[in-house]
Amino acid sequence: MSKLVLKNVSRRYGTFEAVADFSLELKKGEFVSLLGPSGCGKTTTLRMIAGFAPPSTGTIEMDGQQISAPSGVVPPERRRMSMIFQSYAIWPNMTVGENVGFGLQVRKMSRAEIDRRVDAILDVVQMRNLKGRYPSELSGGQQQRVAVARALVLEPQVLLFDEPLSNLDAKLRRRVREDIRELQLSLNLTVAYVTHDQQEALAVSDRVIVMSNARVAQSGRPREIYEQPADLFVADFIGDANILDAELISVNGGQGRLNVLGVELDVPHRNAEPGSVKIAIRPESVLLNAAPGSNAATPGEILKASYLGAHIEYTVQTTHGPLFVVDRVTLEPFGVGTGVWLGLCSNGVTIVPEPSR
Amino acid sequence: MAVAATSSETPEAPVPRVAGRWDATWLLWIAIIAILLILVVSPFVYLVLTSFQAEKTGDFTLSNYATAYGRARYIDALFNSLQLGAWAALLAGVFAVPLAWGVARTDMPGRGLTRMLVLATFITPPYTGAVAWILLAGPNAGWLNRFYMFATGAEAGPFNIYSFTGLVVVIALYSFPYIFIFTTAALELVSSEMEDAANILGAGTWRTMRRVTLPLALPAILGGLIICFLEAIALFASPAMIAIPARFNVVTTQLYQFFGNPVRVEVAAAYAMPLLGVTVLLILVQRLITSRKGFATLTGKGGERRPIRLGRWRWAMFGYAMFVASLSVFLPYVFLVQSSFAKAWGRGFSFDNLTLRNFNFVLFEHATAAQSVINSFLYAAAAATAAVLITLGIAYIVTRRLVPFAEILGFLCLAPFVIPGVVLAIGFYAAYAPPPLSLYGTALILILAFTTRFLPIGYVNASAALRSLNPEMEEAVRVLGGSRVMALRRVVAPLLKRSLLGAWLLIFIPATRELSSAIFLYGPNTKVASVMIFDMSEEGNFEYLSALALILQVLTLPLLWIGQRALGRDFMLRRTAT
Repeated sequence: MSKLVLKNVSRRYGTFEAVADFSLELKKGEFVSLLGPSGCGKTTTLRMIAGFAPPSTGTIEMDGQQISAPSGVVPPERRRMSMIFQSYAIWPNMTVGENVGFGLQVRKMSRAEIDRRVDAILDVVQMRNLKGRYPSELSGGQQQRVAVARALVLEPQVLLFDEPLSNLDAKLRRRVREDIRELQLSLNLTVAYVTHDQQEALAVSDRVIVMSNARVAQSGRPREIYEQPADLFVADFIGDANILDAELISVNGGQGRLNVLGVELDVPHRNAEPGSVKIAIRPESVLLNAAPGSNAATPGEILKASYLGAHIEYTVQTTHGPLFVVDRVTLEPFGVGTGVWLGLCSNGVTIVPEPSR
Repeated sequence: MAVAATSSETPEAPVPRVAGRWDATWLLWIAIIAILLILVVSPFVYLVLTSFQAEKTGDFTLSNYATAYGRARYIDALFNSLQLGAWAALLAGVFAVPLAWGVARTDMPGRGLTRMLVLATFITPPYTGAVAWILLAGPNAGWLNRFYMFATGAEAGPFNIYSFTGLVVVIALYSFPYIFIFTTAALELVSSEMEDAANILGAGTWRTMRRVTLPLALPAILGGLIICFLEAIALFASPAMIAIPARFNVVTTQLYQFFGNPVRVEVAAAYAMPLLGVTVLLILVQRLITSRKGFATLTGKGGERRPIRLGRWRWAMFGYAMFVASLSVFLPYVFLVQSSFAKAWGRGFSFDNLTLRNFNFVLFEHATAAQSVINSFLYAAAAATAAVLITLGIAYIVTRRLVPFAEILGFLCLAPFVIPGVVLAIGFYAAYAPPPLSLYGTALILILAFTTRFLPIGYVNASAALRSLNPEMEEAVRVLGGSRVMALRRVVAPLLKRSLLGAWLLIFIPATRELSSAIFLYGPNTKVASVMIFDMSEEGNFEYLSALALILQVLTLPLLWIGQRALGRDFMLRRTAT
């Protein structure tokens, strides 16, 4: 049975629609990310799940029982959820131990039991030795782990994350997101995770829900989202993409034959009719060659080149317009103004369905 | 971890209907709103109603207005007030702006000292300053006149405090800190980088000041001037001590006379309207000026600031600062102290003129003086506590949008700012003096009036403190199972302790000196120290009076010290303090 069900939920502030007709089923033990640019409604959705805001229409159910409806909500304190806030919201007037033990204290557990559980969860996040510290004495990463411990110690039915990593530096972000995923898997937690960072969402989630303008743009496993974006917005928002016009020559089974940049290749046709189609090409799927060849048919000229250590980013002028290219292979970088020949590798090229409207 | 075992539980008793819409906290909100109606709305409504009511019968009439504006004297008093406000504000600007610039932006020596002296000026009640200046510049006997006669051999001294000019000077001297506070606050937001940018583009120090620094601070200076103007026209103490003997009236002294025997509260209410109108209007203007774009607020930290090097002029600046300070602090206090320890203040500094009799008298012998000091502190403490609690509650309702139209509550908290103390007192008199409440002369009416008078200070501080608190702090409590009340108790209150203490002191300190509202509301058993001092000045007992005024000042010092320890040295000189 689904743990959490959102049925046609929407949220309006005056005439502004923050979330429109949003439906979602979360299975027990599932990790779902809500991903989108700021203002797309993902945090509002999360706050409705937590019970801080009632939906304007629609209902939310947990374990088959209604917990939110326009007529009223079960208040957050009675939902048995936990939430990790963007600011962490660690209380600066309490020690690490008091912060983590707070929820247990509210549930009127005995001192000894609180101590035991706090110690156990602090072990999990490797913060036991800092139990007596105050938050002001902790680094950002440590504060973040206190927030996680404080949420986990209650063994919540559903764990909510609101951009938990946005205040960490890049390296720490990667490590903490791995830790979060590991904990979620080992404790079999049901998680709703809000982020605007597409890499983060792809890395940790069982399922990603891309939101745009208060609506769901696409919902699917991380690979589906990246490799088969539902529309131009998703294609462009998840990773970088060059959007081009191309010709679908023929359809055969699930595959279609595509003519693009003078190269023919087979990609899933995704129900497109032969004729003119929009395609998305990932920047790392464009191959640059010094000389023309069978897979190097279109001439281009390097407009910009940025050396980034692990790879080089190029902007290449072609007859189809400028293309953004990421090259991890070339030992000898192309200089600006150099002529090149462009080819394609077939994964990373996908037909993007046009909006039916 | 036992997660799997417990996670199959269902959440306890989900009752989706109205749960969470109604809880005990709502009673608290309703109580707070009711209090606000009692404190702000009803006195204001009664003020207006009373002005249109016939005495005794209560029928509608315009005769109060006819009486209030029926004589040339009464009209003159209105114009006197306007002139007084304008001149006092201008003179205060002359005192304050150079000092503010010197302290905030230059390498003038003694900047900390100057700040301290401005603070000393700020905590000197206007009536204490007025008394000191009567000692200094009273005709003939005043010390400045005596020095002048001694130095020049002239027959008479040039100074006469009992004049329009004298009143302007005294008011300007004790209200210039407002402009100082506004101006330093603005100048401190002008980063050196803005000035550097002008310098790099070829502007010299003076051009930069004229084209960049001053324009950025100008709205703040104008705002300060307006506050000074309003302070001057609303002031009761100094005009009562100086203008009445000088035989001219201003609005507040005229109001006081309408309140004399017999009390003509209806006429007073009618006569208070222009004062109220001017105040409301100018506060609106001030808001408009300071909210204009291109003003140096909210630019973040303001970057690094380097003081402007004044070279030889730095000592001239310092000299000017000390000149102002000697007028507002040094000279007045020297002669206040002299007078408080003197058998007769006119006999000057000599050992055989020294005595402790004055202190002994006001503390132990006088029938009501000691009690009046105790009253002042009790009422001020009660009012400060009430105001902080009420404004905290309202600021919370407003920042968290707990009820529809919460902004109106915030507005009501700020509204007393535009009601001069004397006008507020008339409103309170009209609302609560008649039966059934008959509160006139009780401690309660004084406490309520003080509370109302200082609600704006409480509100500004409480809402600033609450806005600095991320709402996620409370949401975290709730999501972990705690109620809103628990969030207030365990998280909000401990985190705001410091700022609330600050707000309390910012209310308590001026409340111990409050005269203009007390003078219309006190009774025989509820005399406060400020009223006591005023009475003594009418009797001409300057020695006792100086002793009492000094006692009041000395008692304030520990509070000041606590405030500075808890909130930083400049806690009274910040903009949220006014």
